[in-house]
Amino acid sequence: MSNKTINNRAWWLVTPVVLLVAFNALIPLMTVVNYSVQETFGDNVFFWEGVRWFEEVLHSERFHASLLRQLSFTGIILLIEIPLGVAIALTMPKKGVWVSVCLVLMALPLLIPWNVVGAMWNIFALPEIGLLGKMINGLGIDYNFTRQPLAAWFTTILMDVWHWTSLVTLLAYAGLCSIPEAYYQAARIDGASRWAVFRFIQLPKMKRVLTIAILLRFMDSFMIYTEPFVLTGGGPGNSTTFLSIDLVKIALGQFDLGPAAAMSLIYFLIILVLSWIFYTLMMRNEEQ
Amino acid sequence: MSIELKRVIKQSGADTHIYETDLKFEAGGFNMLLGTTLSGKTTLLRLMAGLERPTRGEVWFNGQDVTGIAVQKRNVSMVYQQFINYPNMTVYENIASPLRVVRTSASQIKEKVGQVAELMRLTPMLDRMPNELSGGQQQRTALARALVKSADLVLLDEPLANLDYKLREELREELPKLFQGTDTTVVYATTEPMEALLLGGHTATLSEGRVTQYGPTAELYHAPRALITAQVFSDPPINTSRISKRGGRFYLSESVSWPVPERIAGLADGDYTLGFRPHHINLHPVGERAIEVEGRVMITEISGSESVVHVQVAESTWVSLSHGIHLYQVGDMARLYLQTNRCFYFDSDLRRIET
Amino acid sequence: MAKITLDKIRHSYSAELMRAGDWALKEMDVTWSDGGAYALLGPSGCGKTTLLNIISGLLIPTEGRVLFDDVDVTDLPSDQRHIAQVFQFPVVYDTMTVYDNLAFPLRNRGMPADKIRERVHEIAQMLDLQGSLKRRASGLTADGKQKISLGRGLVRPDVNVIMFDEPLTVIDPHLKWLLRSKLKELHQQVGATMIYVTHDQTEALTFADKVVVMHEGVVVQIGTPVELFERPNHTFVGHFIGSPGMNLLACDLREGKPTIDGHPLEVSAPFTPPDTGVQLQIGIRPEFVKLSREGLAVDIVKVNDVGRYRIVEARYQRQAIKLVVPEDEAIPADRAHILFDPAHTHLYADHWILT
Repeated sequence: MSNKTINNRAWWLVTPVVLLVAFNALIPLMTVVNYSVQETFGDNVFFWEGVRWFEEVLHSERFHASLLRQLSFTGIILLIEIPLGVAIALTMPKKGVWVSVCLVLMALPLLIPWNVVGAMWNIFALPEIGLLGKMINGLGIDYNFTRQPLAAWFTTILMDVWHWTSLVTLLAYAGLCSIPEAYYQAARIDGASRWAVFRFIQLPKMKRVLTIAILLRFMDSFMIYTEPFVLTGGGPGNSTTFLSIDLVKIALGQFDLGPAAAMSLIYFLIILVLSWIFYTLMMRNEEQ
Repeated sequence: MSIELKRVIKQSGADTHIYETDLKFEAGGFNMLLGTTLSGKTTLLRLMAGLERPTRGEVWFNGQDVTGIAVQKRNVSMVYQQFINYPNMTVYENIASPLRVVRTSASQIKEKVGQVAELMRLTPMLDRMPNELSGGQQQRTALARALVKSADLVLLDEPLANLDYKLREELREELPKLFQGTDTTVVYATTEPMEALLLGGHTATLSEGRVTQYGPTAELYHAPRALITAQVFSDPPINTSRISKRGGRFYLSESVSWPVPERIAGLADGDYTLGFRPHHINLHPVGERAIEVEGRVMITEISGSESVVHVQVAESTWVSLSHGIHLYQVGDMARLYLQTNRCFYFDSDLRRIET
Repeated sequence: MAKITLDKIRHSYSAELMRAGDWALKEMDVTWSDGGAYALLGPSGCGKTTLLNIISGLLIPTEGRVLFDDVDVTDLPSDQRHIAQVFQFPVVYDTMTVYDNLAFPLRNRGMPADKIRERVHEIAQMLDLQGSLKRRASGLTADGKQKISLGRGLVRPDVNVIMFDEPLTVIDPHLKWLLRSKLKELHQQVGATMIYVTHDQTEALTFADKVVVMHEGVVVQIGTPVELFERPNHTFVGHFIGSPGMNLLACDLREGKPTIDGHPLEVSAPFTPPDTGVQLQIGIRPEFVKLSREGLAVDIVKVNDVGRYRIVEARYQRQAIKLVVPEDEAIPADRAHILFDPAHTHLYADHWILT
């Protein structure tokens, strides 16, 4: 398959994409690199600072704190959404009219714009007027996500699970549908338990799609901004200030462009490295 | 259209899929590529189609070098083992699709599709969707699509392998008829020796990326030039054994020997390889030159009119195929008759000794 | 091991189809004796897979009972029926080693580990898998994987019946022979009841002691390969078994004698003339038609050399007749006389045998 017919005119077809990528990614990225090693006070006056901003960011407790919050958040939602998504996919029907009904229901949360999700849950969880907030308080639990860090975390996580579990479900469902019926029949004949069917047939066959699901959910949740920003604004205090919210605060709130640029580069590298580790770990068995 | 591969080599990374190959198919010929899975049949087809480019060597159509020319410009059709049709188009639209690509007028499309559909007996199904058809009808649709554009070269990659036995038999009879009298060159890849024999024409036998022999199908079967060709072209597998020649006789063992046939009487004494097909060793004497051999029965298979007996003779395991029903128990000693006038003899390079 | 009885089984896939009289399986009574090697033969869509699934318990028949050793198991799920099944496409547990694959059914039934080890090694020995026990099952070739699926069935000491659903579909022709002989050998070794489903007559006839031929949801004949070959009960059996299939020639009765286009024929035995209005056909296999100096004068249309023998297509008036001619016999160029062997000439009325 390596030797396709050579036709150099094909390169012209790629040009628009090359230009798009250049304007969208490369040029902004280089601008960020530019800011990250210099100090500016506006008016296009720059002073060379070397790696000072990087050192500053890496040693700042504020960065450590938001990184820790970010990791915890991503860890928790992965631990909830992946098993939950798979579990829902397992209970979905394989054929019949209910398939489309289930698929549409599952896809609905994915279709709602992120800021709308944030706004919805903000109102939904308000202790005075929101359905959820009022209900929880009605149960005798003191709940107010604008004042209690724990409640704010609970609400943010619940919102993310509501919004994104469907994605995992849909991917896992696609993986399950591709398993030939003969496997299930063989398992029944071999006397395999429900758990063994899951462990030895469904899970191995879903591995590829689950890898994609975990990667997508990892990257997305690590970069999450809009929803928690609309819901809690990063509060109360700094309790839900994740990396991206912190970054925006530094860059646009305090206008510290140098440290912000350094931070975004570090942020970018963290995502890249973690994604790579995830991917290699999950694919390692495949090659054996 | 004639097609010629000139010193073609195909490598991919460190693997060689096709070793240096020269092959020429005449215009209007029906050609079989016979070999096991992974012997290089599909790669050869893809090279001819232009889906792949040879690592070295050239592909010529009608005396013109087409090596670098894209598949779209070669006027070839290809049919695969899997029934590949457009699932959201009717049978009519499926068959018409290659004509629409080259902007044929509506009236011409109608006429041509009608003709081909009639030929493939698809006329009653033209308005149906592919998934409403049986496997045989789906494959006939795929074949019709390949035929409708009157390609110069039609490449068929085990097109009947996924069909029912009887249906295969029917289509094998029809296929050669479809191309009779046309200038279209057909190349048909198969793993089954019987299929090659039934379809006739010319055959190239392949083994591990090498064409071992090319010629008229019956000639290849009856006069293979090397053991490998005989092995590829034999179902059930050809029997082989070490023999030695002393004086005017071949010795299988001290007790089993027969005279060397006159045509190879000048052969030097020494060790040779004997090869013969299962239907040339029987449970009753056939022909004038049958000699007796004893063997231990390993397994018997009965197929209504024929008996297949697997026997152990000296160090070799042979398969014998005879008319009639012969029942043996495992471990029985069976008396077999080898038709020595049908045997092939191979030298130390496993080439057949012809004269 | 067990005797399997299908008692007045009927099956339909839905209530609507049932009301329309569309049965996937029409009423049948079949008994499979303990330790037999059976083949279930028929074209795709004849209901053979439905029947297989009813025996294995993957499907509950609309009507009738399934008995194992006279115990009603109709409503028993598959895992309690002690059956094993090998599917068309190899089913192996990818993440497990070959050993774990073979041990899986035993572990699920709570057998002690040392017993499992003993049993797995014994089966691996039979299947020539000892060398790859520690390998991952996903890395094996198709025939290796098929052996594992078979091994998972054989490994259980309590298996009533092993069923094969076209197990050689994905296997190369030259390996088919080996695997088929292996199956036959295993059947003789373990003596389990085996049911082999296929559309390939060669596979069915060589594997089975008894073949069950199905056609459109009906069992048309149960018999030994020889019976199916020599005396097909139904024209479908004649057509489907044998390659080429039985010659079927339209005929009528004159003075109580079957006559084709004015030529009277001897048939295998006397018969009671059927009512008028039924369709009468003479059935004779190409193997029992001989070239001769006298007899039916025919035109030779085509001679096809298929290696072991030649298939000759002849024509008498409007009827096509095929005959099989051994490789040595001379064939006249265009006109010839043929004789039918009376002992193998049968008469069919509305497709069912009269004599």
